Amino acid sequence: MMMMIAVRALALIVPILAGQGALAQQPVNKETVEIGLSTDTIAITSGFRGTDLTVFGALDNADPLIQRQGRYDIVVILEGPARNFVVRRKDRYFGIWVNAESVSFQHIPASYSLASTRSLQDITTPKIFRQLSLGVNNIFYEPAPDGFGSSEALQEFTTELPRLKLKQQLYSQRMGDVQFLSSTLFRATLSLPANVPVGKHVARAYLFRNGEFLRESATSLNIVKAGLEFRIYRAANQHSLLYGLFAVFLAVLTGWMGRLVFRKD
Amino acid sequence: MMGLGFVLGIYLPIAEISVNVFVLFFMGAAVGFLSGMFGVGGGFLITPLLIFYNIPPAVAVATGANQVIASSFSGALTHFKRGTLDFKLGSLLVIGGVVGAGVGIYVFVLLRELGQLDLIVSLLYVVFLSTIGGLMLYESVQAMRRTRAGQLATLKKPGQHNWVHKLPFKMRFRASKIYVSIIPVMVLGAAIGFLSSIMGVGGGFIMVPAMIYLLKVPTNVVIGTSLYQIVFVTAFTTVMQATTNQSVDIVLAMLLMTGGVVGAQYGARIGQKLRGEQLRALLALLVLAVGLRLAIELFVTPDDLYSITLAMASGA
Repeated sequence: MMMMIAVRALALIVPILAGQGALAQQPVNKETVEIGLSTDTIAITSGFRGTDLTVFGALDNADPLIQRQGRYDIVVILEGPARNFVVRRKDRYFGIWVNAESVSFQHIPASYSLASTRSLQDITTPKIFRQLSLGVNNIFYEPAPDGFGSSEALQEFTTELPRLKLKQQLYSQRMGDVQFLSSTLFRATLSLPANVPVGKHVARAYLFRNGEFLRESATSLNIVKAGLEFRIYRAANQHSLLYGLFAVFLAVLTGWMGRLVFRKD
Repeated sequence: MMGLGFVLGIYLPIAEISVNVFVLFFMGAAVGFLSGMFGVGGGFLITPLLIFYNIPPAVAVATGANQVIASSFSGALTHFKRGTLDFKLGSLLVIGGVVGAGVGIYVFVLLRELGQLDLIVSLLYVVFLSTIGGLMLYESVQAMRRTRAGQLATLKKPGQHNWVHKLPFKMRFRASKIYVSIIPVMVLGAAIGFLSSIMGVGGGFIMVPAMIYLLKVPTNVVIGTSLYQIVFVTAFTTVMQATTNQSVDIVLAMLLMTGGVVGAQYGARIGQKLRGEQLRALLALLVLAVGLRLAIELFVTPDDLYSITLAMASGA
């Protein structure tokens, strides 16, 4: 059996230059940022090992002076669908490691990929990042009601959550991976990990000037899985009874075939 | 990891990891070889081996049960043709088994939600593998000593009555030539069903000695009847696991079963040439080794004390 490992459709992204005229009339902060995706769906096959997602965008009506000084910064993120998670800690009981304390979180982005023109602390203050919930350490990790034992535990597990997500490569931050290709066109390189969750992802671009947040724009992206293995996965989840019966049938058939092929009696 | 010139990867849709086709095929063949050689189902070896190969324990258990059906079905067919199968006893065991498996699935879901499934599966394996392995080793070493002393090596002879025969609700089983209460039959069936759903085993390694020593079933119908029960209970478990946990991996099961069917044929041939006690001592050592490996993992400090999983109960 040959496995094809390929990304079916890599999002080819083109700058969207629309809306220029309307916004040009604004007197101050007339800069606009736009990102666009040429496709709204990415189909990945099951042998997918992860890839880079390139997002193109445009910064329009920029002040040429500020631009020459390199005082425009752009942060692009791709946020996966919100899911509920449980973080557990193992403790030792009678020498055996057992899952003990746990904290439940809700509405947590299943994946989060960030790219920025420079390292985050050089762009603006931590306070602004927190207000924007921008960056792995500034996402609001919302505990589920009754999902935690004590506030110490909540604090401890809230710092562990992004660490675990970074370790699983579901969260990533790439400094310097937003690059200007011309005075208006920029390119952001985000990570799509091998275990990227399926569902609706939202891409957002944040524009900063001299450390001041100006505006953001967003677009969405659907990630779906394709291929035989994914069809099996879907069958197991959507038609689980039939799937189970089929699994039994296959096993009986294999056992019976084995007897036919290697008949002794 | 293998010395092969080429490596064929395949993605397991339910386990959600990429594995080597040959590793799994040979794993199935090796266990099939052993099961053919020793006349055991092999589920109690497959599940720990899958866990060692980083298959999530929930998937290893559910797929283990699925895999057991294949080998048990072909074995049960053979015994059916030879007439060494007690349908009445087997069917009662199946009824008990279905009840036990139903309870087992419920406990399985509960443990998974509590985040304790992996631990309990490992603990159960450590307890069962070390007990069974220890008993088998002791028994086979005793037998070897007796053979060396010039006596005839025989298993303890069944036939004496015990407490089991004092229980009410007795029923006559013609094929087995026993007259016994249905209570121990149902309890035994339920216990095996429970283990089948939590451990992904057929349970023959417990069923066979229990039928011989507790129910006093003649040895010639024990294997066939036990296999008959295992086919139905593991089939029930597979369907239950598929509907409640979606953790049966058909691709994984197919690889293991294909390997298993081939391995079992060669194992059976080799098994006929080796002496019984030595064979049992060998299997005992293997069982103990797998149990020890699982036990060590419980005590070794994990790389990361923290783990993150999708919350299941609330549903996304």
